[in-house]
Amino acid sequence: MNSAQNLTEMLDVREGAPADLVLRRATLLDPVAGIDGVHDLVIRGGRIAELAAPGEADASGAEELDAAGLHAFPAFFDPHVHLRTPGQEHKEDVETGTRAAAAGGFCGIIAMANTSPPIDTGADIAALREQARAQASVPVGFAATVTVGMKGEELTEMVELREAGAIAFSDDGLPIQSARIMRRALQYQKLVGLNIALHEQDMDLSAGGVMHEGPVSAALGLGGWPSVAESTMIARDCALAAYEKARIHVQHLSAAESVEVVRAAKAAGVQISAEASPHHLCLTDEEVRSLDPRRFKMNPPLRHESDRQALIAALRDGTIECIATDHAPHHLDEKEVPFEQAAFGVTGLETAFAALHTELVLPGVIDLGLLIERLAGGAAPFDLPRPTLAPGAEANVALCDLAAEWTVGEDGYESRSSNSWCEGKTLTGRVLVTVAAGQVAFRLRSFSLGVAS
Amino acid sequence: MNNLISIEEVDRDGIEAILDRAESFAEVGRRDIKKVPTLRGRTVVTLFYESSTRTSSSFELAAKRLSADLVSVKSAGSSVDKGESLKDTVATLTAYDPAAIVIRHPYAGAAQMVAGWTGAAVVNAGDGKHEHPSQALLDVYTLRRRLGALDGKKIWIVGDVLHSRVARSNLIAFQLMGAEVTLCGPPTLIPRGIEELGCNVTHSLDGIEEADVVYVLRMQFERMEGKFVPSLREYAANYQVDTRLLGPRQLLMHPGPVNRGVEISGEAIDSPQSLVTEQVAAGLVVRMAILYELLAGKPERPTALGEGPAAEAAAPTIGQPA
Repeated sequence: MNSAQNLTEMLDVREGAPADLVLRRATLLDPVAGIDGVHDLVIRGGRIAELAAPGEADASGAEELDAAGLHAFPAFFDPHVHLRTPGQEHKEDVETGTRAAAAGGFCGIIAMANTSPPIDTGADIAALREQARAQASVPVGFAATVTVGMKGEELTEMVELREAGAIAFSDDGLPIQSARIMRRALQYQKLVGLNIALHEQDMDLSAGGVMHEGPVSAALGLGGWPSVAESTMIARDCALAAYEKARIHVQHLSAAESVEVVRAAKAAGVQISAEASPHHLCLTDEEVRSLDPRRFKMNPPLRHESDRQALIAALRDGTIECIATDHAPHHLDEKEVPFEQAAFGVTGLETAFAALHTELVLPGVIDLGLLIERLAGGAAPFDLPRPTLAPGAEANVALCDLAAEWTVGEDGYESRSSNSWCEGKTLTGRVLVTVAAGQVAFRLRSFSLGVAS
Repeated sequence: MNNLISIEEVDRDGIEAILDRAESFAEVGRRDIKKVPTLRGRTVVTLFYESSTRTSSSFELAAKRLSADLVSVKSAGSSVDKGESLKDTVATLTAYDPAAIVIRHPYAGAAQMVAGWTGAAVVNAGDGKHEHPSQALLDVYTLRRRLGALDGKKIWIVGDVLHSRVARSNLIAFQLMGAEVTLCGPPTLIPRGIEELGCNVTHSLDGIEEADVVYVLRMQFERMEGKFVPSLREYAANYQVDTRLLGPRQLLMHPGPVNRGVEISGEAIDSPQSLVTEQVAAGLVVRMAILYELLAGKPERPTALGEGPAAEAAAPTIGQPA
């Protein structure tokens, strides 16, 4: 189904001027396209025109950036973002959420449907797409719910939703608790085609849970949300997907047991893709000892170090093909309450690259090329073109300074919410410029054009 | 010590100092006029979001015996009923410039959060299933009077550990004082991984004769979602502590309130080995000692939110690794 060449064929963005840009002497890295070296990256009319020898490109009529010492990557794609509109615009909306995405180096995102009310009609999708065309800094695709009102009882009008422009189906925020409804959705997928993204949680088994079940929850007296409440649901849905020859995308893997289930399902030929979030790759449940829900309460919860190591191993071997932020903005009023009462979720768009670069690449846990590959890996499971630096492609580029240090939150956020799990951390590596769907979507304010940073 | 939020923030010397202070207050209780002027002119606020008899009454009486002015706020009948947030309630009470806020709340971490919002000293009188440090201190005080040092003593904590903040605080405090702790209860009521706190775990009363102290927990029906044991009858048959089980040398404790005939038999509660009323009496003097340690001899601190260094100094101190 990988027929689309440009993100904007399927996603919506505010139309602007196509970029004419020369990134002089940039260090390019696009492992999938086999690009690795110093070039002049030439963007003309919003497309990658040429990778010229350093200092050789003709920059006439184009904006010229001295990118010596800076890295240019294919921009990132996040298949799991909460834009909170309609209904919760005090947390985020299309404009602020896509600004946050652009600031994080993302050239495209998929917005989840668990809004208030949930996005379950063609009219909802049409209205959001119109908003995106007016406000979105980067291309956005909108997921629609699998079940009406996210109640898990009856399927939405999936064909109409697809025709209205839904990009995927997901009841994210909630699992599809009924195996019967899940099976029907997978049967109906044969008609609709679009992928189904799944939040996997046995609500009965995880009832009362606010953090990973283990020694830390025992010590804190907090309700445990056990790993097996995730892995057993994934196992169920793998079996159903195999039976119906359907395809599924598993969201925010958190547990070692879940990784094992996905790995085995892939080996058995099940059409399944999986994502992991930066916070699950960088943090463990030890953080919850602080009892700080603003940074450390999310769903699924932060788990044990052995789970984190299993996620990293899965990232390496491709069991997890993409990183997704699960950017979940919340107002401080919902976070400045005791841990058990606080809302689940943390923001992540603006810090994903810098945090993973700092926590995993710099210590040598994974190499930079793998990070870049996985940060753009979220497009393919949804039949969208993978961002690339290959000449001829639509320009989707993240220009980064790998040496820049910055303290998260110090200059505020592009997001309307400040519940970042990185709040107060000093990170190394920063996005300076993002080109998304051929348009300059973001420039760091302190990065003056034409001058090396 | 600026706050008492978790027993983990107090070291062994700190515990001994509070208990020594409590001993001196026991003497005050034997006077005709059971009051000392230590906290005259200072204000203590008790803020209880959960029902309580022992803890609230003993903190209130402790404040009065130290001559503090007392404001008691209970969630029922206050603005909390009208949906006021904890943060706003604390800001309101802080405007009265209290020296201390004693808080009980149904959720873990509430006292720590309050400490970040007020310059007043904060005392955790129970936060969800997390901690109840003043209970641990009064229990150590009670045992110290009976047994002297706790080093090498064997203490069994029996019953519903999962829902018990008392179990957590007491486990930490008993171990800190040198005792060896065994947790005993049905597998469904022992939290997974709790043995990493350094205690033994068993699911049977077999072997309880080794215990110097048997500390029985209350079955906390109000915190249970769904059934954790098939029936109270089966629970009592397997875990009820009664007089037949106890040897003459063993001491019996219970934090109250007791479910007679469930976790413990009526005869056992009323037996001479039972320290239950001593625990209650200890609660008063230990809570006087806690307020004394936090407040006496310290200058009045500005308590309003954001008033410079005092507010920062009162930031959460517990459970946050440096």
